[in-house]
Amino acid sequence: MVRIGAFLVGLFFAGWLFISFLIGAVAYVSEPPVPTVEHEFHKTPKHVAYSFDGPLGHYDKQQLQRGFQVFKEVCSACHSLKFVAFRDLEALGYNEAEVKAIAKQWAIKTPSVDPATGEASTREPVPSDYFPKPFANNVAAAAANNNAIPPDLSLMTKARHHGSAYVYSLLTGYQAQPAELLKKFPDAKTPEGLHYNPYFANLNLAMAPPLSADGQVTYGPGQPKPTVDQMAQDVAAFLTWTAEPKLENRHRAGLATLIFLLIATGLAYMSYQNIWADKRKAA
Amino acid sequence: MSFPWAEQYTPKNPVMVWIDEKLPLPRLAYNAVGAGYPVPRNLNYFWNFGVLAGLALMIQIVTGVIMAMHYGANDLVAFSTVEQTMRDVNAGWLMRYAHANGASFFFIVVYLHIFRGLYFGSYKAPREMVWLLGLVIFLLMMATAFMGYVLPWGQMSYWGAKVITGLFGAIPVVGEPIQTWLLGGFAPGNASLNRFFSLHFLLPFVIAGVIILHIWALHIPGSSNPTGVEVKGPQDTVPFHPYYTAKDGFGAGVFLIAFCALLFFAPNFLGHPDNYIEANPLSTPAHIVPEWYFWPFYAILRAFTVDFFFVPAKLLGVLAMFASILLLFFLPWLDTSPVRSGKYRPTFNKFFWILVIDVLILGWLGGAPAEEPFVMMSQVAAAYYFAHFLIILPLISRFEKPLPLPGSITEAVLAKYGKTDGATVAVPAE
Repeated sequence: MVRIGAFLVGLFFAGWLFISFLIGAVAYVSEPPVPTVEHEFHKTPKHVAYSFDGPLGHYDKQQLQRGFQVFKEVCSACHSLKFVAFRDLEALGYNEAEVKAIAKQWAIKTPSVDPATGEASTREPVPSDYFPKPFANNVAAAAANNNAIPPDLSLMTKARHHGSAYVYSLLTGYQAQPAELLKKFPDAKTPEGLHYNPYFANLNLAMAPPLSADGQVTYGPGQPKPTVDQMAQDVAAFLTWTAEPKLENRHRAGLATLIFLLIATGLAYMSYQNIWADKRKAA
Repeated sequence: MSFPWAEQYTPKNPVMVWIDEKLPLPRLAYNAVGAGYPVPRNLNYFWNFGVLAGLALMIQIVTGVIMAMHYGANDLVAFSTVEQTMRDVNAGWLMRYAHANGASFFFIVVYLHIFRGLYFGSYKAPREMVWLLGLVIFLLMMATAFMGYVLPWGQMSYWGAKVITGLFGAIPVVGEPIQTWLLGGFAPGNASLNRFFSLHFLLPFVIAGVIILHIWALHIPGSSNPTGVEVKGPQDTVPFHPYYTAKDGFGAGVFLIAFCALLFFAPNFLGHPDNYIEANPLSTPAHIVPEWYFWPFYAILRAFTVDFFFVPAKLLGVLAMFASILLLFFLPWLDTSPVRSGKYRPTFNKFFWILVIDVLILGWLGGAPAEEPFVMMSQVAAAYYFAHFLIILPLISRFEKPLPLPGSITEAVLAKYGKTDGATVAVPAE
């Protein structure tokens, strides 16, 4: 009885799936799916080598400081960094006094309450504050940015495939729309107010090229030349740190744990073999 | 119950004697996972995965309880409390990554445990109850994992919850009220998050309870073994402790090495980047996919694209997805071959490996976008899945001519290690 029921259920599901397959196959052959413009022109991010790559990778503090400078002078005008506090910057090699100064001089002020009147006001950030947001709310952000809300950057490198490489490629990937694209997909012309970038999921994004000229940010003495490529690499490294501030602890702890486990497992294997030795002889 | 030659618990320490008289808990442990449980001497490494699943559950409970101390089950703060746990709690990143990857490893070992059972016929009499309880654990695990994935309240959390609860909406007439009742609203929201958190905390302990029943049911006939031949005498078994505790200790080491390698060096490899974007009901991700361990079932769900007369394709997909798991409950009565082990079943053996490949393909397709040619491929793969269990397996067990079985477990072991005097022979490689 069970087997007859099972047979019928199996026949139904397998049979109907097979019929669905045939219907799908006929449609696939008679009307092959049309390739989309994203499918043909979207690019996977360029490869870029970082000091934090690989199982023993660590951050290059000089690079993170340069990246922070790019964030401060370029990105922070529109993008928030809500999960990072000023105090966290000590991990970049700044001392307490420097962090205090960075917070104090930050262009955007922290929302506060006027102690005398109780009305909304602002104050200078202190190291324990998170980075203040450039816009009061999403409506203000959209209104100021051609209706596109600039996303928070704290987790950006973990929130996209190929993280750091994606940020770097996007920042350096702006270009004129290829003539080939327009020939093939005349309807896919980049709309007014958007910018063509083959690394962006739907090829056109609202953000204008933020790094437009070499030397846009002035790096301190002894640092590499601030080319667009260098700035993009540095800010992508900084955003990798904001997304994964514990990377170095993780790599160190992982190395120690694995060494311990390899030794422990080796010992466990030896005791296993030892205990079983008498059972593996012929009787 | 156990074999008559099982070793008896005889406490010597007066404290242990005193405890044993009042509450024989040490005796219970001794008989369950100590020297008092005789186990076939020929188990291979595939028999490690039950203990490893228990270890994975313990890792989940410990890391989960710590995570819960820092988590805010409220849709306004859930995402940020998880982020703050990773940034500002001592070793919070470790707990979070261990919990997220621990879920994946729990499923890896449980899938290996299930396929071990499928290949070696562990579901057959007299161990049907062990198999059925194992499936109950599997279902509870799936529910727990699904609700746990919603808690960080990222984009995939939110849209995953919406899609999965939407499956109930496919049921005619009562579907939509059920969906609303499950979510506590018309879309995932604070009410859903709160109840999912509550249940996500509860279910692991229910799983632990069913595991006790699973082990209890196992101890009545005793463990199965790779030959599928039942234990015939004391020479066929060894005491669980120290023989299998030692082997499981080694297995646990290998498991932890693999687990830690991923956890410390590629903790986001199995996750989806979209879940690092906070839930946004107004922005649908391009491809909504569940966690990898649900992909085979997700592929079956999406394989139904054509309505069957008045039954909509979506409902068929939901029915098929549930059926794909529920049919496993009938397995002991679908496979009627008296031979347990796939080693001695030449035809079954081939189809078993086709099934393994089929499920892997289904898994790959479940993670692929819902477009051609993936949908057509998943239709063929899903059709084979149902045909395998419901049509092919019963037919094989009827017509297959099995290979000759060894006379006993000991005979099989001796054949493997050869009749040597043993004293001069080193331990042979596994």
